[in-house]
Amino acid sequence: MELLWLAVSTIAIGVFGCVAWFWGSNWLLDRIYPPRGANAGQNIRRANQIRPWLFLGPALIFLTMYLVYPVLDSFWRSLFNSNGTRFVGTDNYTWLMRDAKFRESMLNNMLWLLVVPALATLFGLLAAQLTDRIRWGNIGKSLIFMPMAISFVGAGVIWKFIYEYRASGETQIGLLNWIVTQFGGEPQIWLTLPGWNNFFLMIVLVWIQTGFAMVILSAALRGIPEETIEAAILDGASPLQVFFKIKVPQIMGTIAVVWTTITIVVLKVFDIVFVMTNGQWGTQVLANLMYDWMFRGTPDYGRGSAIAIVLMILVTPIMVWNIWNARKEVR
Amino acid sequence: MEGMAGQKSSLAWAVNIAAFLLVLIWTIPTLGLFVSSFRDRDQIASSGWWQSFSGSEQTGFVRSGTADDQVQQDGLYVIEGSALEGAQTLRAWGTGARAPAQYQPGDTADLGDGVSLTVAEDGSYRMTSPQPFEMSRGERIFTTTVSPASFTTENYNRVLTAGGLGRAFMNTMTVTIPATVIPILIAAFAAYALAWMQFPGRALLTAAVVGLLVVPLQVALIPLLRLHNDLGIGKGYLGIWLAHTGFGLPLAVYLLRNYMVGLPREIIESARVDGATEFQIFRRIILPLSFPALASFAIFQFLWVWNDLLVATVFLGNTREQLVMTGLLRELMGSRGGEWEILATSAFISIAVPLLVFFAMQKYLVRGLLAGSVKGG
Repeated sequence: MELLWLAVSTIAIGVFGCVAWFWGSNWLLDRIYPPRGANAGQNIRRANQIRPWLFLGPALIFLTMYLVYPVLDSFWRSLFNSNGTRFVGTDNYTWLMRDAKFRESMLNNMLWLLVVPALATLFGLLAAQLTDRIRWGNIGKSLIFMPMAISFVGAGVIWKFIYEYRASGETQIGLLNWIVTQFGGEPQIWLTLPGWNNFFLMIVLVWIQTGFAMVILSAALRGIPEETIEAAILDGASPLQVFFKIKVPQIMGTIAVVWTTITIVVLKVFDIVFVMTNGQWGTQVLANLMYDWMFRGTPDYGRGSAIAIVLMILVTPIMVWNIWNARKEVR
Repeated sequence: MEGMAGQKSSLAWAVNIAAFLLVLIWTIPTLGLFVSSFRDRDQIASSGWWQSFSGSEQTGFVRSGTADDQVQQDGLYVIEGSALEGAQTLRAWGTGARAPAQYQPGDTADLGDGVSLTVAEDGSYRMTSPQPFEMSRGERIFTTTVSPASFTTENYNRVLTAGGLGRAFMNTMTVTIPATVIPILIAAFAAYALAWMQFPGRALLTAAVVGLLVVPLQVALIPLLRLHNDLGIGKGYLGIWLAHTGFGLPLAVYLLRNYMVGLPREIIESARVDGATEFQIFRRIILPLSFPALASFAIFQFLWVWNDLLVATVFLGNTREQLVMTGLLRELMGSRGGEWEILATSAFISIAVPLLVFFAMQKYLVRGLLAGSVKGG
């Protein structure tokens, strides 16, 4: 109960503090440069130069302190030894290149990067196209979209239940093994199958992300000018041709956006691996490897930071591409 | 699109069926968890949740009455009784361990020496013999029975009252609400400045916000943990609120700026001409008009913070009192992997709130997604 009070009072203090800052600083500004009297014109001009920074101030402080500074600090720290006392140059990075676990993580991340955005976009496109054409489409959309609201950990529990294994001959309580045994197959411990277990983890993320892809692609599909489709149909195009040759090329830009957004999610994937296999049996990924180095046993901040910087480098191309697109739009 | 030229009804059928299958596949995993959370431990361990609607099959045996129970009827010696208890129904029965399901209900088995045994569907059996029975132990009757489908809310009772989860629920709430409200305020002002004020460096700052959108928050963990320690914040709610505010701001500023830029210029200009201060314009005009965008971001941030595991683990700590629900689930998965009924129920409670928010506010969520992805990058 006292927790609730703490939360409520924090909100009150936080909200009051923010309002006080914005209102107070503006009031002060208008006092110092009153927009009337002899120097009204000059005062207004001065005030208008300062005011944007009052509005932006708190956000800039937060962004700098919680995102910009950490990136720089991580880079700096990655050049030091485990507890940050000795400068070691690029030793952490050369060590990473030789480390088997790191190479496994890189390889797995690449695999995730190839599979998850592709499958999620594909299923999303399929779901968008199908649900747009049926009467109960909105309900269907809601249900496919629903996993978006479920935490990665919750999804981990849900799917662990599906992958659950019981020895051959016992009643299978995991859906997947039950289906396999119904068709006469041997039950498998899916999460420890070398190589394949990665795919069983990926399926979880695909399941979550497909709804996102569907929502955005569905909007894009509906935005396609009706005339282009009608013209194609009049020319005798089959539904499949209409879809692949008329519709898909017109929403290529949106597909790219969806693809890159999911790519970012994939690069940062942590929770699913963390709770389902914890990187065992050859399923390690970068984010979880970094967590291992940072918080398990004796922390090695140098190596942990080096892995974080590798992650940062991997997202940089997408960052540049996004900025490029955004600037085009601003102009 | 319905009834458009070139559409055939067989195609419409195929589309319906394909869509149905897709929706089914996407719904089944969650449904499985939901159903499992209403089954007790034995049920979960003995059959799959998809079999829970048809009732579960059990095999076992009971002993018939002994010689003491016999009565004489029409020149025969008879022992009667019931082989079943409760609401079970008999599917098959037998008299030996080798063939425990040899007979159908209602069949009569010949046990030799003129002794015969009949077991009816309701479980009542009748054993008859021309000579008096002499055995002191009853005959074994093997039964295959079906219990009707049964569900229980006992798991919920147990999970909700037995500490742990209730505490974690409160913790999650305590983390989530301030971490949702505070970034909205800060971002709204910043977004207004970026959208409607003239100052040098505006384009650059906007681009920077777009760039910061994709920074992996893993990069921030070590530096921020140390920063918080140096500042004396340490591990605790204040730290996690600040961290979530920082991590949520790029998206908030970006979404709100995109929305505010689209507001009609005339309203703002005419307010300026009328002598309204920027603060008044913001509060009286921009804020009310931006409600849809504010709602979108609020939902995003709420879902994100509620579902987060990493930030909570790092900034809040891992003792039993500090765990949020995702952390608790993770612990349950590790330490009590076998207790599926607890795990399933806890998991369902933890995803119930986001699901509720999701279904209630889906409209705003979709709008926010579209604003964030289709317009910009």
